[in-house]
Amino acid sequence: MTTAAGYNFGYLDENSKRMIRRALLKAVAVPGYQVPFGSREMPLPYGWGTGGIQVTASIIGPDDVLKVIDQGADDTTNAVSIRRFFAKVAGVATTERTAEASIIQTRHRVPEAPLREGQILVYQVPMPEPMFRLEPRLAETRKLHALADYSIMHIKFYEDIARTGHIATSYNYPVMVDDRYLMSPSPIPSFDNPKLHRMPALQLFGAGREKRIYAVPPYTKVRSLDFEDHPFQPIRADGTCALCGSRESYLDEIVTDDRGGRMFICSDTDYCGTRAAGQEAAE
Amino acid sequence: MAYVAVKGGERAIDAAHGWLAEARRGDPECPDLSLTQIEQQLGLAVDRVMAEGSCHDRSLAALAIKQARGDLIEAAYLLRAYRTTLSRFGASRPIDTDAMRLRRRISATYKDLPGGQILGPTFDYTHRLLDFALLAGTPPPPAPQATPKREAAPRVTGILAAEGLMRPETASEAAPADLTREPLAFPADRSMRLQALARGDEGFLLALGYSTQRGYGNAHPFVGELRVGEVSIELQPPELDFPIDIGDITVTECQMVNQFAGSKTEPAQFTRGYGLSFGHSERKAMAMALVDRALRARELGEEITAPAQQEEFVLLHSDNVESTGFVEHLKLPHYVDFQNELEKLREIRADALRNAAE
Repeated sequence: MTTAAGYNFGYLDENSKRMIRRALLKAVAVPGYQVPFGSREMPLPYGWGTGGIQVTASIIGPDDVLKVIDQGADDTTNAVSIRRFFAKVAGVATTERTAEASIIQTRHRVPEAPLREGQILVYQVPMPEPMFRLEPRLAETRKLHALADYSIMHIKFYEDIARTGHIATSYNYPVMVDDRYLMSPSPIPSFDNPKLHRMPALQLFGAGREKRIYAVPPYTKVRSLDFEDHPFQPIRADGTCALCGSRESYLDEIVTDDRGGRMFICSDTDYCGTRAAGQEAAE
Repeated sequence: MAYVAVKGGERAIDAAHGWLAEARRGDPECPDLSLTQIEQQLGLAVDRVMAEGSCHDRSLAALAIKQARGDLIEAAYLLRAYRTTLSRFGASRPIDTDAMRLRRRISATYKDLPGGQILGPTFDYTHRLLDFALLAGTPPPPAPQATPKREAAPRVTGILAAEGLMRPETASEAAPADLTREPLAFPADRSMRLQALARGDEGFLLALGYSTQRGYGNAHPFVGELRVGEVSIELQPPELDFPIDIGDITVTECQMVNQFAGSKTEPAQFTRGYGLSFGHSERKAMAMALVDRALRARELGEEITAPAQQEEFVLLHSDNVESTGFVEHLKLPHYVDFQNELEKLREIRADALRNAAE
């Protein structure tokens, strides 16, 4: 196990890691609350996962097994790049298997397979403030969180319904954490929102450019914001995976020709690959 | 099949990096650019990268420019990512720009003043005609020489302050906040704000400063003084009772003098906007001074009406390492979210079409 010459284990210096771990502890103690932290410049650009990378760099140890996904897949270019980064600066073992990983860093998805106690899911977050499109001023949204005044979000949903009959938010669908803080689940599809509720694994969220960290401790109540007469409804393409035949997983739509041809495949490559291998073995 | 084409791969990344390295080098027949050449002949690019990379090291900045193929924002980012790994063993004493060894010093408010006007190496009065002598590589004729005057050059704002016309700034011995270690919080104090502006994107600050001149923020600025030169950096170790000079750096300082109509509690007087930048970078220092003054609206009780006066808007969008990262991240795959949008749009449209049919 070797790490890159000239850099500390996990790239960040120990004092920076300690600062980030303190922010993480506060975040875990106050579920859903955005903790400001002294985000560092990382060798990967802002907007490409620096928050998640800093969180992972601060919690990773030599015995950890790391999985990195983007859009649910292990082989998307940015996931490859981040996984290589940690293989280089921390020399840790990496895996594509959800069940084998102790830390999973993700962008835009929650794995299909349920996570267990002891695992940590690290989300890359572009905009930690769930209300930023309605109120861009941070000093104002801080006040709204302090007062637990989330009426602007309810009004936005109400207006969506009045106009289209639906809540128009499909991804980055806001959630209430532990009945107290409104939280952005990061731009995961709303299909994934129910997985956050009472998840046995620890969920950590890092926003590097915006310099915020927040967390959902294991088994915490997470409710997608909705109305009694317009309950939250996760969306999924009505299709079957062409590779593994799943009718439950979240699907990517693949355009196969210029005459309207489409096929669907699982967005979670490990889930899909495991199922397909199991089917082959059974045959 | 299509699946393979959609998802990226490790081999593609390696091949792309190889291609990039070749493209950076250009035609191998053409001599490789040395760092000394960049430092010496593209000095203002080096200065800009040091300022926006917030790290004063000419040779590292030159290396970053070379590695970034001349993309100065990319170069500033390379330098920042390096500096953030360096351990911090202390803070220098505040630099004394009064004692600057001047290379250039001009005031637009006084025809002559103690220390004089020194034009120095400036583009200001050149005619912007392409110089084809450079094409031929002809060395420039030697510039005339003179012995530097050793006359004190007190700052113009000090001259105005002596008359009580300049709003005094309160000195503070408190340790300034450190933007590189702590996140910005709002409202930001002035030390934090000036740090953010000092490393802010020159183009962004230029546009904001310009907007205050065009009526978006009611500015009436004068260049009280602009000075460029070398200042000493002094460190005072806790175990010694005297400071140690650890070297010189070049900085550009601009003090803008602005009218202030006065308020119920304060008499009419001049106020200042302050700009300071690494290296020789007058445009940056001037733009920074304009924006700093605009951002003092709250403190001075002025009405906040223009973008340049809105602290959160200015400070959260001035950092080009942050902004380029987030804009360029749109190149990353978004197909999971896009799929969700597709399904939502189909659902809403289907409802609307069904309702229309009924």
